[in-house]
Amino acid sequence: MKRKPGVITGYAMKHLFKKPATIKYPYDKLKIEPNYRGKLKYDADDCIGCNLCVRDCPTGAIKIINVGTKEDKKFECHLDLGHCIFCAQCVDSCRKGCLAFTQDIELAVMDRKNFKVKL
Amino acid sequence: MSKEITIPIGPQHPSLKEPGCFTITLDGEKVVKAVVGVGYNHRGLEKACEARTYIQDLYIIERVCGICSHTHSTAFCQAVEELAGVVIPRRAAYIRVIMAELERLHSHLLWLGIAGHEIGFDTLLMYSWRDREKVLDLLAMLGGNRVNYGINTPGGVRRDLEPQMAEDIKTVLDYIEEQNKYYIHLALSEATLAARLGGIGYLSRDDAIKYGSVGPVSRASGIPDDVRVIDQYAAYDDIPFDAITDDHCDVFGRAVVRVLEIMESIKIIRYALDNMPDSELVAKMPRRIPEGEVISRTEAPRGEDIHYIRANGTDKPDRVHVRAPSEANWHAMAHMLEGDYLADVPIIIAAIDPCYSCTDRAIVLQDSDSGKEKIWDWQGLRQYSIDFYKKRGFDASQIKVAEKKIII
Amino acid sequence: MLMALFHILIFPGLLFLGVYGLIMAYLDRKIYARLQNRQGPPWFQPLADFLKLLGKETIVPELANKKAFPFLPVLALAAVTTAYLYIPLWSMSSLYPFEGDLIVILYLLTLPTLCFFLGGWYSGSVYAVLGSVRVITQLFSYEVPLFMALLTPALLANTWSLSGITQYYAAHPLYILINIPAFIVAVIACQGKLERVPFDLPEAETELAGGTFVEYGGRLYAIFKMAIDCELVVVASLIAAVFLPFYTGNPWADFGLYIVKTIVILFIFALFRTIMARIRIEQMVAFCWKYLVPLALIQLIVNLLLKGVLA
Repeated sequence: MKRKPGVITGYAMKHLFKKPATIKYPYDKLKIEPNYRGKLKYDADDCIGCNLCVRDCPTGAIKIINVGTKEDKKFECHLDLGHCIFCAQCVDSCRKGCLAFTQDIELAVMDRKNFKVKL
Repeated sequence: MSKEITIPIGPQHPSLKEPGCFTITLDGEKVVKAVVGVGYNHRGLEKACEARTYIQDLYIIERVCGICSHTHSTAFCQAVEELAGVVIPRRAAYIRVIMAELERLHSHLLWLGIAGHEIGFDTLLMYSWRDREKVLDLLAMLGGNRVNYGINTPGGVRRDLEPQMAEDIKTVLDYIEEQNKYYIHLALSEATLAARLGGIGYLSRDDAIKYGSVGPVSRASGIPDDVRVIDQYAAYDDIPFDAITDDHCDVFGRAVVRVLEIMESIKIIRYALDNMPDSELVAKMPRRIPEGEVISRTEAPRGEDIHYIRANGTDKPDRVHVRAPSEANWHAMAHMLEGDYLADVPIIIAAIDPCYSCTDRAIVLQDSDSGKEKIWDWQGLRQYSIDFYKKRGFDASQIKVAEKKIII
Repeated sequence: MLMALFHILIFPGLLFLGVYGLIMAYLDRKIYARLQNRQGPPWFQPLADFLKLLGKETIVPELANKKAFPFLPVLALAAVTTAYLYIPLWSMSSLYPFEGDLIVILYLLTLPTLCFFLGGWYSGSVYAVLGSVRVITQLFSYEVPLFMALLTPALLANTWSLSGITQYYAAHPLYILINIPAFIVAVIACQGKLERVPFDLPEAETELAGGTFVEYGGRLYAIFKMAIDCELVVVASLIAAVFLPFYTGNPWADFGLYIVKTIVILFIFALFRTIMARIRIEQMVAFCWKYLVPLALIQLIVNLLLKGVLA
């Protein structure tokens, strides 16, 4: 094949009249797939406090704490977003379906204390 | 008169995306000697794996490499499954293949862009990364994340491939195929590309064997070294495809191998989507893995990826070892660099698609006088750095260091 | 006297050139981005870069020559600004025309290149030194075709004054067509002069990490950047004056026409930058001497013959 410089010219010129492929991020939102793994969601009603999620968490980000009494158990889930790697293994490990992920991915905060959240 | 100068490429350099140091001795613009220095990024992954359960290890292993995360987790899962004597369901094997090939697509498109950038052809970078973005969206749709898909689990896969997803994948594949045909046309007909890629970084077939190159580097030297063919895993035994080889032996050949592999991957994904059997997704896995040791191989986009696991009967491995493909390709690097121009150094380095932190496993310090191995603890290292900077007129001993408890 | 100062400092001198340079830099980046299917920067990006650099600390490296290092960026900018005064912009004549000003402009345009070389050479970094060696090697390969391409139209016009050339071609517009090969040579050689892809070897980001400018930072780098942006304007104006001498006679319309002409030339420059890979230094030298110089020589012979016929 005969080689010459500037083969891409015509192809490049076409793009002058096309919409850019990039978006202006904070103004235009990204398309997030419905099963994208974002921040966790916790439903305390069904939780039995088996701590399987805590055992399987690779980074030790999740904690289930019993705030009620021994007889009348009431659970709270504490998550450290700075440690969470959004693998959603806890969602798979949970037998009762108390944990789920949301599509919330804009989690930046100005103070690292705010990473520790109660779900 | 000829005066040689030594120029360091790295550890911080715009052409390297991760730290690595190449000490290049130049005679004019010609490279006469190259010394490859890697090892800036040791992360202690293998040791960390020993302290965690197999399920937790999966997510560490997935983060060995940012680009070939699926390959690493596949190799790890295969090893664990073999130790436990579990056979994964057929549908899970097919989904693994589809993910692996989509990963290869995005990795090769990424490489094409990097190669364009290294030779100052940023337009190619922008176009190929724009197309790669579509593949990343597919991966996010299937796995739930753009980079660490997290679709593997010991015993199978975590998510199913819905019919609608298969349709989406096919649409994107058509687009990528068309684009890739254009890139092949471009690579073959653009004069400046051919002038910059052809004839540099020469690695003959014999040298490729001698230095133990893997992946596209060895395939570009004419060695049909593809784990998908020679040691079939997952569902590759069902799927017809060809291993791409090329006999250019140079950077141009490596580019050709990669663009043709994109076409081959598209073929594989299409076949897998059409012939996917219906079955369970996960086989039952025990938490405690019986004693034994195993080696598992997969074909990463960069070459052969080897995982070794020794189990001791508990839910934590006794030893995990990862040999990432880039590690095998570093050995030929100095040989490829010598004799070429300085302008070719970045593209020759980029041509093996290097992954620096995948490579860095452990450093053994040898005393330069006695040749004995030496182990330094944290305090020793800190003292060494204080002395090092004192000699250069900077006293660092007063700087307070947080004595953080290191999680094993 | 006051008028001369106004011309030098405000219009069309330093201030206008600087502002237009920033606008051109923006357009260059925007066109480049749009050709690559990207959004591109907002309109104020070059200005923001410039102001940010001005606010940064100026560091002179320990190994650098303390006197020459801070002086060279200023010299480069001064040379470019001076050259701009001798180029016809909105009329067929420049502000201060004299016989032989074409040679002076070409000389003044070589000065920034020499400043890049010396700046790199004196900064004491191995990347910068390699970059400056490339600057000089490159200079030897594109300078000859560029000079020949710009001097052959002068030959036909029988004058060494840029204003004279412009007037001659404005009077004989058909002769412009003869100079098309010279125009092509000039545009390609100017890519080398402006150190843009495919001839951006001196700064080659991926090999030399910025090459000649690697040690420059803060205000000095801002001035260097400004000199490069202004050089783009000056070179585009020069090519417009020599090869595109179209005028209406109305100063305002001509000024608009000047803007259009420079932007067209900028578009060609940006397109060149988009469609090619950076070539190696030995390929660059071979290309310039094998293709550009013979093309310029043919143009020279054609113009000489034509001159004989016309006379």
